[in-house]
Amino acid sequence: MEQILLGALSLGLLWSVMTIGVYITFRILSIADMTVEGTITLGAAVTARVISLGASPWLGLLLAIVAGLLAGLITGLLHTKLGIPALLSGILTMIALFSINLRVMTKANISLLRMPTVYSPLMALGLDKTWAVIVLGGLCAALVISLLYWFFGTEIGSAIRATGANPNMVRAQGIHTDTTIILGLMISNALVGISGSLIAQSQNYADLQMGTGAIVIGLASMIIGEVLFGKRNFFLRFLSMVLGSITYRIIIALVLKMGMPSDDLKLFTAITVVFALSLPKIKDLINGRLRPRKGGV
Amino acid sequence: MLRVQNLTKVFNHNTVNERVALDNVSLTLDAGDFVTVIGGNGAGKSTLLNCVAGLYPPDAGSIFIDDANVTRLPEYRRAAYLGRVFQDPMMGTAADMNIEENLALAYRRGRPRGLRWGISAGERVLYRQMLETLDLGLETRMQSKVGLLSGGQRQALTLLMATLHKPRLLLLDEHTAALDPKTARKVLELSDRFIQDGSLTTMMVTHNMRDAIRHGNRLIMMSGGSIAVDVSGEEKSRLTVEDLLKMFEQARGTEEEIPDRMILG
Repeated sequence: MEQILLGALSLGLLWSVMTIGVYITFRILSIADMTVEGTITLGAAVTARVISLGASPWLGLLLAIVAGLLAGLITGLLHTKLGIPALLSGILTMIALFSINLRVMTKANISLLRMPTVYSPLMALGLDKTWAVIVLGGLCAALVISLLYWFFGTEIGSAIRATGANPNMVRAQGIHTDTTIILGLMISNALVGISGSLIAQSQNYADLQMGTGAIVIGLASMIIGEVLFGKRNFFLRFLSMVLGSITYRIIIALVLKMGMPSDDLKLFTAITVVFALSLPKIKDLINGRLRPRKGGV
Repeated sequence: MLRVQNLTKVFNHNTVNERVALDNVSLTLDAGDFVTVIGGNGAGKSTLLNCVAGLYPPDAGSIFIDDANVTRLPEYRRAAYLGRVFQDPMMGTAADMNIEENLALAYRRGRPRGLRWGISAGERVLYRQMLETLDLGLETRMQSKVGLLSGGQRQALTLLMATLHKPRLLLLDEHTAALDPKTARKVLELSDRFIQDGSLTTMMVTHNMRDAIRHGNRLIMMSGGSIAVDVSGEEKSRLTVEDLLKMFEQARGTEEEIPDRMILG
């Protein structure tokens, strides 16, 4: 049981960086960014290729960040400059990334067995793999939260936050909303790239299919984090993304332990997200106050 | 201060729904002018304001603010010259952010934004003082989300944001139309005070004839995309609602009707 929980903790930390990325687009920018599905594989692919070529795993991580920034840039440009709806822009980049990821990897998967990873130094100190992942993943999540907390308090960060809340007002205050949307998407996808890189190195392989369903995992983790750990100030919101991501992994580990076939995992996750996203409607139904709502996603 | 020359805007060009919203409109505002703009639905008053604000480019004509040609300047770059308050109280503020964050966003209008902290301690003191002048108790709630404020409070805050730095031109787009009469009066009084204290050049679109008469030093009535009536000074101060209605009857196009709230206001 302890092993299961530790495994869930390590997985949760690795995926938490992506969850924060999903939070930035979905909650702060109010955009459902499908790019995530491609970017998580992209981060893994770039890192795996770099390592398999014999270069430093840290260079692999760095290039995964750069690749994520670029993926976000493409989606942002499609959406803002070419006027393609945000959802479709993300899907287009995601599909395009499928080919690009194959080119990066040159084959459907790359094994990293017995190759150096970012976890190797910690394992050389005597930690086993799980603990090395927990320590490094935790450090990484802490660093990301601190940086983002600072960034979203700055002038540019505030402008990005306001863009999601009210783009009209933001333009009236002299802010170019194209720029803030693109910046937000780039930052988000850079985080997703980091996640992909760390995941590939912890599981010792990169796979072309590993991104499938990532956005739903991100949303499920995000909502669990919001529901269980509140959303008071900004720092706590980011922290709750990490806790949500860990909780999601624990839930998954438990239902698998209870005998749910792992083939049904994605169905289970999707249903969880549907239920969580429809909570406001369900509450309305229960309260008997059914009335049409303005707007929507 | 503002010079609009031969402005034309046509919506749905070359379709059955083609509508000439602005038809060769020219208008000059001197520094310190407070112009109220009135007219029926579809008369072109909002289109005029939106063209000046840069929401969409005109089909012909040009717009100068302070002798700078801003006709092709996108909305976000033109914002440096403008203070704007909208009809919808939700429109002027970010509901998810608190009062001081909204003010800080407005404080940086027309200035480069970088990686400095989004709000400084000195600003907080300034904001507190300015919020006190609104007399709404907002100075004690600077950390509250704007979404928790009433419509009137939000409009007052938007007004403050629009005038935090003296704008070259203040655009008020029916900014009291969504408020109850008592709150509307209070927001109008506040607007008057800000405009007088700062000698702000102002354009105020309104549906309410009495407000149009009572406020400002100049009144423009639009009809069918053109300026039908333009009175100022002595002549305007003698104007009555009856006079305006008569002028409106004469000027209005065949498709325009007098909206009820215009008479009753």
